[in-house]
Amino acid sequence: MSALELGGRAFGSRLIIGTGKYDSPRTMADALEASGAEIITVAVRRVDLDATKEESLLHWLDPARVLVLPNTAGCYTAEEAVRVARLGRAAGLSDFVKLEVIGDEKTLYPDVVELIEATRTLVAEGFVVLPYTSDDPVVARRLEDAGAAAVMPLASPIGSGLGLVDPLGIQFIREAISVPVIVDAGVGTASDAAATMELGVDGILMNTAIAKAQDPVRMAKAMRLAVQAGRLAFEAGRMEPRAYATPSSPVAGRVGG
Amino acid sequence: MRFGPDPDEALHSRSMNRTASTERSFEIVANGEPRQVAPGTTITAFLAAHDLDPDLVVVERNGAILRRADLDATALEPGDALEIVHFVGGG
Repeated sequence: MSALELGGRAFGSRLIIGTGKYDSPRTMADALEASGAEIITVAVRRVDLDATKEESLLHWLDPARVLVLPNTAGCYTAEEAVRVARLGRAAGLSDFVKLEVIGDEKTLYPDVVELIEATRTLVAEGFVVLPYTSDDPVVARRLEDAGAAAVMPLASPIGSGLGLVDPLGIQFIREAISVPVIVDAGVGTASDAAATMELGVDGILMNTAIAKAQDPVRMAKAMRLAVQAGRLAFEAGRMEPRAYATPSSPVAGRVGG
Repeated sequence: MRFGPDPDEALHSRSMNRTASTERSFEIVANGEPRQVAPGTTITAFLAAHDLDPDLVVVERNGAILRRADLDATALEPGDALEIVHFVGGG
């Protein structure tokens, strides 16, 4: 399987996972291990000044082994997202940011106008910008023009687990741009991941499908295999489908013929 | 031998003398909440007083992100607004 190239770096895994919604950090760390992911997303939030010493999420992640990718989740304007991106970068782990600018609370669809503006600003500041976006090829092209290092369209709403609802939109995006396409959000189970990868996208980012599985560690392994399987199938090139049967065994030389 | 100010000293030495401390302390806003601090309190001391490891947080003061190397030398001033953030689980 070929490597995923993002922001001048090569990654052996095409699966990116989130760290949210796990029942415990131990399960998260085990799922990360089982997933084989080399990029892992985190959120930037205020510390609780009144809490007794909290264990840092970073105690469970090894930045030498995985790229810690801060997100701008929960931001509703370009200005907020740029501020949070700068805070995330100031942690000193990398220049990568998963850019999210939400436009609608119910669907968590992106505000693509603000998203494009924030992308432009952050690219000018040297960030490697990975924007979460809608499955609109025109927006994808605008993001690429703004300097995004990849474009990350949703498969279906964040946390929904509905799978790939608009394969055509994802294919249009794949054809419209030359930077990597990483499908971000909506995958529910392994077959969703494999089918998505078979479209020829470069990777998948998921969180809830693993964190909220009955057995997150086992699902993490399933997703690792599904992403690999889907990618390999894409690279292999599938056979042409046809309506009627063709025998797999020779027609000639049948016994008693 | 001590190479820099003890992070806890500014807070503790002043809290010995409660009257002086109350007279001289001032208000800042940290993560949206008002907080009283003693004059001379550095960002490092403020973090230590809240049990925070400076290597695991990022501090923004009045809209500007502070470099870790500057936390020791930066003293809080009345009306300062701090945002102190860290990484949490997220997608």
